[in-house]
Amino acid sequence: MTSDSGNRETGCESDAMEDIEAAVVEGIKRAVTDLPPDVEGALREALRREDSSLARLNLETILKNVEIARDQGIPMCQDTGTLIFYVRVGTGFKHAPLLKKAITGGVKRATEEIPLRPNTVHPFKNRNMGWNLGPGMPIVHFDIVEGDTAEIVIVPKGGGSENPSRLKMLNPTDGMEGVRRLVLETVAGGAPRACPPIIVGVGIGGGADMAVHMAKKAASRPVGQRHPCPETAELEEHLLREINSLGIGPMGLGGHTTALDVHIEYACRHPASFPAAVVFQCWAARRAKITLDNTGKWEVSQ
Amino acid sequence: MNTHTAGHDVEARTFHLITPISDETIKRLHVGDVVYVSGAIFTARDMAHRRILEEKPAWTNEIRSGVVYHCGPIVKNGTVVSAGPTTSARLNTLTPDFLALTGAKLLIGKGGMDENVLRALEEHTAAYGVFPGGSGALAAKSLRRKKVYLEDLGMPEAVWVFEARDFGPVFITMDAHGNSLHQEVEKTVKDNLLRLFSP
Repeated sequence: MTSDSGNRETGCESDAMEDIEAAVVEGIKRAVTDLPPDVEGALREALRREDSSLARLNLETILKNVEIARDQGIPMCQDTGTLIFYVRVGTGFKHAPLLKKAITGGVKRATEEIPLRPNTVHPFKNRNMGWNLGPGMPIVHFDIVEGDTAEIVIVPKGGGSENPSRLKMLNPTDGMEGVRRLVLETVAGGAPRACPPIIVGVGIGGGADMAVHMAKKAASRPVGQRHPCPETAELEEHLLREINSLGIGPMGLGGHTTALDVHIEYACRHPASFPAAVVFQCWAARRAKITLDNTGKWEVSQ
Repeated sequence: MNTHTAGHDVEARTFHLITPISDETIKRLHVGDVVYVSGAIFTARDMAHRRILEEKPAWTNEIRSGVVYHCGPIVKNGTVVSAGPTTSARLNTLTPDFLALTGAKLLIGKGGMDENVLRALEEHTAAYGVFPGGSGALAAKSLRRKKVYLEDLGMPEAVWVFEARDFGPVFITMDAHGNSLHQEVEKTVKDNLLRLFSP
């Protein structure tokens, strides 16, 4: 979906705000109603691999569901998640000051129009705040980059796959073997409840906060895309093979496909610390990317 | 691939159930069966379970011999938009009392439930089944909104009463005879994990 409103020459701020909001609504709609081709392809590949009737019927149902959602423009999963926005703003993108407000406005509109499930519950009041807004919501991460465009990656993150998340402060002497054990134990204990086949995100190093952040971001990397660093890519592939030998299978009912992929991100660590985090993404690995430019044009892709 | 799985490779038996469901029907169901449900379905998740157990509202009589779906749907203008299952394990501790109070015969969710629930299913002649998680769009096609209770809990947590028409596939993974596919898979996974960790 692209848009060309053509009135950007006037530089009117309220029009720019409306354009960005419209782009956000369309981006969220694409994310929750259509599965990225890499994920759908991996699910079809899994169906070819499975031999038990239970595993096959689960995957067939999932794929049928994906088609219904796409054809009819309705959310594939009723849990439209916590909305996470990873924003990369070019230093020359002139509407940068509007982004946070436009994203918030877009979330409110999307909740009504698509619709999304209102998923923001106040932890003290135990009250659903509605509109997917409220303290801290939606979650927006900003990065400043070169260029004169802005890129917004939208990841609606479901609750079922979020609950088995784990952070462990390993001993530095545990090393990568400690990471391997953490990943396998977390998958064995938590994957059946996370709507497998899952995508496993792993964050290594940084600090406690950064390890979890990296793991979560890694879980939204396209399926099949390896880490550029060869030893990291090798560990990703090795862990994927081991995870898929556990026998958890689609929906945890047994089978060969527990994970569609494993993605690792890392940063340097403090000499005393070896943080490692694991975050799962359910099979409904929804994401969409909006690209905005200074003329008011925007484009949504997956 | 050298994978040990706990899969059921025989062709599944298929049942079409209509609520209310009798004990005799439940006794005929075994792990590995596939069912499609028609009739009334009550959604209930975390807060609804707690409120039902605390307040024991009169309308819980309607759940007797019925189906409880662990689900927080999207409903708009009276239409069920998307309604897949939520993780059932969160309700493990509340479910034995819930079964005793409501007399529900079939629980539907995802991810499985624990040993205590398995015993309670046996005691109350009830079964548990899995609807493929995340398949909310497909699920909604066979569900119509009838009414809603505890609406103050908000859309995901309210008790929605749906009229179902061949809602499924629901995989029976815990039956009234003490069998659990989840326990079977868990054991297989544990063995496979030990194999990976052995030097």
